[in-house]
Amino acid sequence: MKATRFKRDWIHGWLLLLPAMVFLFAFTHIPAVTTLINSFYSTPRGQRPARFLGLDNYERMLADPVFWKVLWNNLWFALGTIPLSIALAIAMALWVNDKLAGRGFVRMAYFTPTVLPLIAVANIWLFFYTPGFGLFDQLTRGLFGWPASNYLGDPDTALNAIIVVTVWKEAGFFMIFYLAALQAIPVSLKEAAQIEGAGRWTIFWRITFPLLMPTTLFVSINAVINSFRLVDHIFILTDGGPDNASSLLLFYIYETAFRYWETGYAATLTVALLVLLSLLAIGQFFLFDRKVHYK
Amino acid sequence: MLKSKFMKAVAATAFTFSTWASAQAVDLQFYFPVAVGGKAAETIQELTSDYMAQNPGVTIDAVYAGSYQDTVAKAITASRGGNPPQLSVILSVDMFTLIDEDLIVPFDDYLASDEDKAWLAGFYPAFMENSQTGGKTYGIPFQRSTPVLYWNKEAFAEAGLDPNVPPANWDEMVEFGKKLTKKDASGNVTQWGVRIPSSGFPYWLFQGLTTQNGVILANSEGNRTNFDDPKVVEALQYLVDLSQKHQVMAPGIIEWGATPKAFFEGQTAMMWTTTGNLTNVRDNAPFEFGVAMLPAKERRGAPTGGGNFYLFKGASDEQNQAAVDFVKWIAAPEQAAKWAMATGYVAPRADTWETDVMKAYAKDFPPALVARDQLEFAVAELSTYQNQRVTGIFNDALAAAITGQKTPEEALKEAQAQAEAVLVEYR
Repeated sequence: MKATRFKRDWIHGWLLLLPAMVFLFAFTHIPAVTTLINSFYSTPRGQRPARFLGLDNYERMLADPVFWKVLWNNLWFALGTIPLSIALAIAMALWVNDKLAGRGFVRMAYFTPTVLPLIAVANIWLFFYTPGFGLFDQLTRGLFGWPASNYLGDPDTALNAIIVVTVWKEAGFFMIFYLAALQAIPVSLKEAAQIEGAGRWTIFWRITFPLLMPTTLFVSINAVINSFRLVDHIFILTDGGPDNASSLLLFYIYETAFRYWETGYAATLTVALLVLLSLLAIGQFFLFDRKVHYK
Repeated sequence: MLKSKFMKAVAATAFTFSTWASAQAVDLQFYFPVAVGGKAAETIQELTSDYMAQNPGVTIDAVYAGSYQDTVAKAITASRGGNPPQLSVILSVDMFTLIDEDLIVPFDDYLASDEDKAWLAGFYPAFMENSQTGGKTYGIPFQRSTPVLYWNKEAFAEAGLDPNVPPANWDEMVEFGKKLTKKDASGNVTQWGVRIPSSGFPYWLFQGLTTQNGVILANSEGNRTNFDDPKVVEALQYLVDLSQKHQVMAPGIIEWGATPKAFFEGQTAMMWTTTGNLTNVRDNAPFEFGVAMLPAKERRGAPTGGGNFYLFKGASDEQNQAAVDFVKWIAAPEQAAKWAMATGYVAPRADTWETDVMKAYAKDFPPALVARDQLEFAVAELSTYQNQRVTGIFNDALAAAITGQKTPEEALKEAQAQAEAVLVEYR
């Protein structure tokens, strides 16, 4: 009796899990395993089937100057976008959490970039950056008499120009999480601190910020993932150029797979990306997690 | 006796089968990209429905597949998934890639009669260079273009130049450019002399310069490049000098998309861009403009560009025949004229230009003829096996030289070495 009961529960359990598992396997696990397998084979072309290469693709990757370049670019991109968008998100959240006139409007204004599709955003920014008659050039010429710029067409500034767009796009999204977290902090803590004579900065640094840490962990993991995932705007703004100056790892993978049709090598690059992302996520959880919760 | 009766029966059955089959509608799927503004997509849909109205036995499903890049990606993916389109318009330069992937069949089997061969010979030879290899025809020219020089007549007059005379050679382009480059009181340039866009695919316009300098970038087998030839280096040096030495062109990478707008805004007095922009410039330039062939060095020269029809593997003979019939129909003068006028693409056959509508159009708008006349000097667009990879290497080298990270010689030497490594297995 008990055994059949147990079995029924067991079947029910699996049935409930099944729909989610089918999708998870079909779109995440099986592709990931296939990618890993493909990374050891050459690219099949027409009448030449894929042949086993062992670690050749990996050796090629380590010797590929473009791979190292996009990896460095990605590092700069992460360093440029993550701290800045988090800092901006906290500042914006604190600002719109206070009582101020037109609060709803300001919140909406900060959140708007998140709602817009990245491709559309990139097209707008493309106009902002246009040399000569773009918005920035018209402003800098009118105000300071600066000569025409070419932010997207210069290898020294192209990646920074892309970082600016990304921060603008992301900060509003992260603000929403901070806003929710701020509203969950009991007002009594702040009042108690004020009675003790703490200033605004001390209250933020000693009370608010530590209590926001779980949100910061969540947001920073998302920001790290996004810094490897968000490449849509690069297609519009620079196409990775000039000379790969603004290309990121995922963009390079797309280029290799669907422009050059070297799917074998692209699979190898994808494995590198997966390993990198897992290491970062694990690192963040294990190293960060202990210090996150305020006790 | 018995045998002949049997044969008759077989023949009769075969006959019934073939009539039965031809009574069935032939279904074709046809991918097309849209790379220019204007009414390209509408015109294609309109032409296919006209064809279906005239030929009730054929159903054509015309699928808009995005940019050229998207279209080739979709066609390759669909073919790998066992569901290829029967017909697609794809960049002429992707021919070697499609052969290498074993996805297309040549048109020759379906164009076997003398009449068909004469028809094939009716295309401009410059367009056929990118459509044939190894004695076989893999592409039929459709939306084809070539770059030309547009100039602002008012700016020329203001600079004291004859508004009706464009620069005829490289030296004149620099000389005119210097007169046309204007600076304001604080020394900032308000109008550049010339603009040769270099974002995305700089190799295309650069190929204009190399052709003019009398050098060909890749062989017709598509397995050897010539990137580090001294003449290619010289051409790249000229392009770099335009902004760095002569200062008649804006420095850095110049955006393609913004180029017509910069021309309309008076940011540049001359621009190099595709004839596909002709209708756009005609509608939007607030001043009188002229269109000319690209300036010459040792000779005149320009690459061709744009897309061809390809027949995909995996279709039945009947489908292929129907696809070829459709291609023949759409390339016929009346349809081709409609297409050329709606988009600005160069009609790829001489007979189209003989039609009354095209004559009237050309008379009303003579710049439309410049691209056609330039075809005499045009060469095949750079195309090799693993084309995207090889042109990608080349584009990176050009960008590195234009932005001053590498010297032209150094950049091109490296590009040649990388291209060699890719192409060596195709010899």
